[in-house]
Amino acid sequence: MKRSLLAVSAASALVLAGLIACAPPEKKSEGEKTQSGVNASEAKSAADFGGMDALVEAAKREGELNVIALPPDWANYGAIIKAFSDTYGIKVNSAQPDAASQDEINAANQQKGKSTAPDVFDLGQSVALANTAMFAPYTVATWDDIPAAYKDPNGAWVNDYGGYMSIGFDSSKVPPVTGVDDLLKPEYKGKVALNGDPTQAGSAFSGVLMVALSQGGSADDIAPGVDFFRKLKAAGSFLPVDPTPATIESGQTPVVIDWNYLNAAVTAKLPSWQVVVPPNAVVAGYYYQAINKDAPHPAAARLWQEFLYGDQGQNLLAAGGVRPVRADQMLQAGTIDKAVVNKIPVIDGPVTVPSPDQTEKATKYLADNWAGAIG
Amino acid sequence: MLRRLRDALPLLPFLAVVVIFLIIPTVTVIVSAFFADGAFSLARIEALFSGTALAALWKSVLLSASTALIGAFLGAVLAWLIVSSPPTSMVRRAVISLCSVLAQFGGVALAFAFLATIGLNGVLTLWVQQVFGWNLAGSGWLYSLTGLILVYTYFQIPLMVIVFVPALEGLREQWREAAVSLGASTWRYWREVAVPLLTPAFLGSALLLFANAFAAYATAAALVSQGSPILPLLIRAALTSEVVLGQSGFAYALALEMIIVVAVVMVAYNALVRRTARWLR
Repeated sequence: MKRSLLAVSAASALVLAGLIACAPPEKKSEGEKTQSGVNASEAKSAADFGGMDALVEAAKREGELNVIALPPDWANYGAIIKAFSDTYGIKVNSAQPDAASQDEINAANQQKGKSTAPDVFDLGQSVALANTAMFAPYTVATWDDIPAAYKDPNGAWVNDYGGYMSIGFDSSKVPPVTGVDDLLKPEYKGKVALNGDPTQAGSAFSGVLMVALSQGGSADDIAPGVDFFRKLKAAGSFLPVDPTPATIESGQTPVVIDWNYLNAAVTAKLPSWQVVVPPNAVVAGYYYQAINKDAPHPAAARLWQEFLYGDQGQNLLAAGGVRPVRADQMLQAGTIDKAVVNKIPVIDGPVTVPSPDQTEKATKYLADNWAGAIG
Repeated sequence: MLRRLRDALPLLPFLAVVVIFLIIPTVTVIVSAFFADGAFSLARIEALFSGTALAALWKSVLLSASTALIGAFLGAVLAWLIVSSPPTSMVRRAVISLCSVLAQFGGVALAFAFLATIGLNGVLTLWVQQVFGWNLAGSGWLYSLTGLILVYTYFQIPLMVIVFVPALEGLREQWREAAVSLGASTWRYWREVAVPLLTPAFLGSALLLFANAFAAYATAAALVSQGSPILPLLIRAALTSEVVLGQSGFAYALALEMIIVVAVVMVAYNALVRRTARWLR
């Protein structure tokens, strides 16, 4: 149905009114006291529960875990959720799997104090760093394995996995892509798609940054990337379509700029789908894992962290084609599954990871110029 | 006094609904557009004059105006054809029922129907490609403003039929007979009697179509995923972006801008309807 914005805002007003009217009086969910006398919602490590076994017990008593914005085909989250649920007998409620990072924060704010609020977040960089006040600091058992650059010193957030920007293409439909410049060739007319709008989605933002690097730009100067897309649009090559596994499999989007692990996931279903990380323009991005400080299931949320950063969780992530944050240490210690080692992309040469300041500057440029470039 | 209150009592639930659904949201939007962090500020309004926001406003107006005009003309012709057949005719009743359904057939279902027909992999696209070798989908025009114009027109025409048929029915046979008996040709009757009578209704209906297209969201949201070309999509972007943060204030300002445009249009619409009503009594 067509919905007018008025109706939407009206509906949200009704929802608000409904919440006020129907919700039980807000009771601050402290969780139960742990053996060491700390509230579960304030526990900063498994030791605060009296050890890992006590944490597992506490989480089992809660019985549920609310996760949000974890697509089953993204970084192997489908399998991770199942493994967690099977191991501990905890029911995992996965809400809005396709939501964006900001939606996770919005959901936490809107459902604050209710049993449906998200327990844990998996966020893109800018959203995570803007909302650290909403996170409960926690250090997992494998904390020391995680390089300092990939965690908040207090444990408010920890990078869970990362990947590289890549170009995926269907080798049965288009000639092989070797670099970004290839995309301007006439063979790719009406074939190139970017995973989302870079003024909205973090992955698309990194895509434009990758293109900028290949065109002589830098993390400080994203303009050449926008210019390239302007040329791509003028040549009729840029598809204003949001690619999904469905559009790729049906052949609507034969060339897709996206994270390497998302492109790699397609290869499993479509063998002719190949993935290239442009050698002169390597952009890496890590996701941020954090616990909602108002988590309705504080112990389960902490157990989820322990599971993700444990060997099993990290191996499952690696099987999804991402680079788990403990990859280096696990390779050294030999605790990584042999079967998944090959799935972690090997990158030689410099890797660009934009700093929060650079990201902010670039997004401002995009907000002002992107619509005009591809409109 | 008491009696009046008692008479008004049955309206109370309606009043509650209006307050919750219309007044509170509107006031929230207006207040939030001018107050940032509890202090009066014009910063959010100023942001409306940035290049992106102005471009979105222009494209929204362009989209609404063009689909309103196309819809109004084609819808009026269709309505005239419908009215020329007798009221008992099955075809007439069938077409009017169909229009009532199609006028509400916007949204994701409609967007999907077009994607499946003339999208990049649409049935028609593939067939034409095979038979004639033409590429109907081009480089995805359906996913841009051009596509929106086509898709919006699809629900605008039936809406025009629904709102314009009563005006045509109000055109009394006696007026035509009177004109003819005074020696007017058919052409002259149309030019000097029918068209002047119908103009306010026509323009009013066109304005209604404009407002209808201006506020439509789901159809565009399902079709367009790049660049947020129109205002409703720009509001979505401001609310959900995970890259450019803290823009909910800007979304309020954009919503206020939309309310103002629609309010102006609806005031004009009401004025025209009042004029039309004189002839329909």
